[in-house]
Amino acid sequence: MSVDATLSFEEAMEKYDPVLGFEVHVELNTKTKMFSSAPNVFGDEPNTNVNEVDLGMPGVLPVVNRTAIESSIKIGLALNCTIAETCRFARKNYFYPDTPKNFQTSQYDEPIAYDGYLDIELSDGTVFRVEIERAHMEEDAGKLTHMGGSAGRIQGADYSLVDYNRSGVPLVEIVTKPIQGAGSRAPELAKAYVAAVREIVKNLGVSDAKMERGNVRCDANVSLRPHGRERFGIRSETKNVNSLRAVEHAVRYEIQRHAAVLDSGEPVIQETRHWHEDTRSTTSGRAKSDADDYRYFPEPDLVPIVASREWVEELRATLPEPPADRRKRLQADWGYSDLEFRDVVNAGVMDEIEETIAAGAAATVARKWWMGEIVGRAKNADVDPGQLGVKPETIVELNKMVEAGKINNKMAAEVLDGVLAGEGTPAEIVEKRGLAVVSDDGPLLEAIDAALAAQPDVADKIRAGKLQAIGAIVGGVMKATRGQADAGRVKELILQRLGVEG
Amino acid sequence: MAAINRDDVAHLARLAHIEMSAEELDRMAGELAVIVDSVKSVSEAAGDDVPATSHPIPLTNVFREDVVGHTFTAEQSLSGAPDAYEGRFKVPAILDED
Repeated sequence: MSVDATLSFEEAMEKYDPVLGFEVHVELNTKTKMFSSAPNVFGDEPNTNVNEVDLGMPGVLPVVNRTAIESSIKIGLALNCTIAETCRFARKNYFYPDTPKNFQTSQYDEPIAYDGYLDIELSDGTVFRVEIERAHMEEDAGKLTHMGGSAGRIQGADYSLVDYNRSGVPLVEIVTKPIQGAGSRAPELAKAYVAAVREIVKNLGVSDAKMERGNVRCDANVSLRPHGRERFGIRSETKNVNSLRAVEHAVRYEIQRHAAVLDSGEPVIQETRHWHEDTRSTTSGRAKSDADDYRYFPEPDLVPIVASREWVEELRATLPEPPADRRKRLQADWGYSDLEFRDVVNAGVMDEIEETIAAGAAATVARKWWMGEIVGRAKNADVDPGQLGVKPETIVELNKMVEAGKINNKMAAEVLDGVLAGEGTPAEIVEKRGLAVVSDDGPLLEAIDAALAAQPDVADKIRAGKLQAIGAIVGGVMKATRGQADAGRVKELILQRLGVEG
Repeated sequence: MAAINRDDVAHLARLAHIEMSAEELDRMAGELAVIVDSVKSVSEAAGDDVPATSHPIPLTNVFREDVVGHTFTAEQSLSGAPDAYEGRFKVPAILDED
């Protein structure tokens, strides 16, 4: 497979202005399919979550799932769209084994939701408005597995196996208007946009929103034009970019590839590209052809959908707080600075901190633990912080021990490691490892006397009122007690010993 | 004048995966042209005040509650399949589309 030429991202940005567009497919988490009563369940034995409708048997009649319509309207509302008063389903005709009916039931000229927008906040706080062209309903297709040939790719495959369990799962396809003006932030915006859509559908409770399961799938359109030119360049469409990181990488790669094509004087080919996570590059799929003539026509077996304004308002009233509003509220409640809060969001621990505070921790304590201790451990383990397995109750318990002077911060971090290693509850680990702060004054006084005797000049300074010198004595005591002393108590005792008012 | 010609018919036949001989294409182009003209006459009967319709029955919002119903076993699903392997339909690899 030949490798495409690319320019560096910086050079591409110097010469060209990127225009993006996204189609994001969201699988709804209804109990049943869009048009049949077969269960909408992931990962079961192949071809068992199907009935005659999903298999496209002759003479069967589809019936629309009311909940799927309501979920679709909710998505439309959350994307600030207008909800169509009436809309219809249409047949999109094509022959491919993933669709046993030889057409996909979709919406064509009458999407259920249109003309919306989403304000996307980038990592530095810049807000970028992405306009939504439409959100329409359709059904998912079956899953093909290509056998023989090389590594499951269709190139060189001998045959394909089809599982129709996914066939008929309700989908909402969200299509943006062309996104202009993102410049060098295009890859970051791409990732942030898909993340925002995923967050919204998860927050609405209408999708499980797991990208690794294909609940949210993104096709990314990229084109370039010289700076200052209004007309768009020719675009490529990179299919099935199925992680947030991949969205960012794919857009970046396509910008670099297009720039090299344009630089060579060739036109960009309008085509489908396939994203490869292993090489972080795309390869040519299928060029746009007259096979894309889908001959849409209204689905005769499904009557129109009428969304009365009363129904729409009823649904609007059930919408949860939008994620962006929630963030503003949480930041105000917690009293974090803009920078502190942005770090929390970017580290992906906002929900965890909220749960920790709900479990009884102060906002500053929750942030200290998540940002100071857990994020770093998650990075080392290469997992999301939330997946590390730290329970809010653990943090609350650890913090109580620190505040009560039973353990100090250093020990608390050690106890946390013990909890993560499955050694038990914080109390059990403190017990087992003998991690108690030395609060019995006897051994402390012994260590203090030794430290004072070792540094008589420092003792004199403290007697003379230079209280900041006390650190050297505290340090000596901590060393002698191997960090098990309560630093606050040590300070008090040193001052007492020297007869100085604290 | 007919709005459909022989090339259109050949194009549609290909999209619909229908093999047609030269004679069939000629004949069908003629027949479809008559049908298209007939539909045009019907269209002319409706004034601008009559909206296009896709469904003759004034019915909307025929819904089903989101409750799980019957399903097939894998054996039932595959009972009419020309070929199957490990509980799945076996089909030729098609490189044409993705």
